Amino acid sequence: MPRGAMNFSFFLREALRGLRRSSAPALAALLTVVITALVLGVFIPIVQATTGTANEVRNRVVVDAYLTDDATEADRVEVQRALEGTPGVKSVEYISKDEALRELGHKVNDAQDKIELLGSNPLPSLFRVTPEDPDELKAVVAQIAPGGTPRLDAIDDVQNRESDTGKILSATGLVKGLGAVMAGLLILASIALIANTIRLSVFARRREVEVMKLVGATNWFIRWPFVIEGVIVGFLGGVLSVLLLAIAKTTVVDPLSDRFALLAAPDTIDFPLLVILLLLACVAVSAIGSGITLRRFLRV
Amino acid sequence: MAPAPTQAQAGGTRSRAPRADIPVVEFRDVTKVYDGGSVGVERASLKIGRGEFVFLVGPTGCGKSTCIRLLMKELEPTKGEIDIAGKTLGEIPRSRVPYLRRNIGTVFQDYKLLPNRTVYDNVAYSLQVIGESRQEIRRKVPDILRMVGLSTKLHNLPDELSGGEQQRVSIARAFVNHPPLLLADEPTGNLDPETSIGIMQLIYRINRTGTTVIVATHDKEMVDKMRRRVVELREGRIVRDQQSGLYQHDESTTEFAIRLRGELGVGDEGHPN
Repeated sequence: MPRGAMNFSFFLREALRGLRRSSAPALAALLTVVITALVLGVFIPIVQATTGTANEVRNRVVVDAYLTDDATEADRVEVQRALEGTPGVKSVEYISKDEALRELGHKVNDAQDKIELLGSNPLPSLFRVTPEDPDELKAVVAQIAPGGTPRLDAIDDVQNRESDTGKILSATGLVKGLGAVMAGLLILASIALIANTIRLSVFARRREVEVMKLVGATNWFIRWPFVIEGVIVGFLGGVLSVLLLAIAKTTVVDPLSDRFALLAAPDTIDFPLLVILLLLACVAVSAIGSGITLRRFLRV
Repeated sequence: MAPAPTQAQAGGTRSRAPRADIPVVEFRDVTKVYDGGSVGVERASLKIGRGEFVFLVGPTGCGKSTCIRLLMKELEPTKGEIDIAGKTLGEIPRSRVPYLRRNIGTVFQDYKLLPNRTVYDNVAYSLQVIGESRQEIRRKVPDILRMVGLSTKLHNLPDELSGGEQQRVSIARAFVNHPPLLLADEPTGNLDPETSIGIMQLIYRINRTGTTVIVATHDKEMVDKMRRRVVELREGRIVRDQQSGLYQHDESTTEFAIRLRGELGVGDEGHPN
């Protein structure tokens, strides 16, 4: 299709001419696209990392089954066997009274001294039960709690840390939500600014558009240069932001990720994939932006 | 094809099969009332045949430009129908309007040239727009610019040219793909009489190639010199349609006296005393 190719080169030349002539608004649009892409490029990995962490915490969800104080060693063995045999249980860990005290000592200052005042160790020995799936926590609790199916008299009480995980999950949910809202707003701003750029460009070239109509140009013939103009702005913005992100990644994130687990979270997006996504988003945003304007301001 | 002597540059003309009896332009009882209520054209009926040269004359605001814009389908008539080469404009869908305009050359008082493009590019533009190949553009543009006498100014920008030269560029652009109809809205409105003659000669030459030409003008001298068909409009109505007419209807001394009195505001028009 030599004619199509010729048309494309014509459109491209017209688009570049348009960009040169309205370079200031084009620059503004370019900057917004860059900022949007930067925010997206930073937010996607952060959201992913926090969700990853939340999942990890969820995986660490455990059920503590406290033994009665008068439980014998035989009871202990029996309970351990019963717990290990309960469906949905991944692992069972025994923590003796002394170990429990030591654990408490890590969390509370002078715990040892305070407990000495009591004369005896009030902490019960316990089994720390890890369920296979955090979502089945409740089922596991129901089974091993006093009154559950494998009746275990030695178990005094069962507690889980559901409330803790609930908090973590809602916090990550908030981060995700805020990120999505910010990204959405920025995308809207980008679309609006690109639309405005194209509008100014149309306005600056209204004489040309008039002449084009006069000599019988079809609507799409008139529109293509403007669409290409918008896409060029979007693409350049995307490339620029990807470059900035790459620089930030190699100079800041990569050296730090050795030290901070959050940064090195295993299941964040691959950088190449992120780059492709961002470029696509930028081009899409600019195409939409110019499309909106052309529909409204170039009704030919 | 054109029944005209000059066929040398008619190479790229689209094949069309006009029947001799179908007028190129036909107004059938056309009325155009603008949104604001002002009347552009009122009940105008008019037939213009192939190869005719027609002046639309009349004072400013009489509806000349409205006629031109109606013919380009820039405006829609409020009532009545307009045919171009047998096709009713009202039936042409919006998406086909560009193709209609490719068959109509237009020349305006303000030239409507693109200020940041050279003479060559301005003319080439109208060919690019209709998807003409690069070779064709390279062949046709210098040809047409030679015809309008601008072969030495190909690479000048419009503001480096005189008004007359700019109008020549716009004529070249209008005629480069040899449309069967040429509309000119006050083509000499901004030009001195000497230059105007040149422009009119050029338009006349285009007419001689078989192109139907409609010129809206209030250039009295020009109309009187050319002695072509004159259609006179007054407040949107066609008041005169005369072959080889003058700008003003030849008037008897009585008529002259009536008009003069009327213009001076003495006496009533109907009563000479």
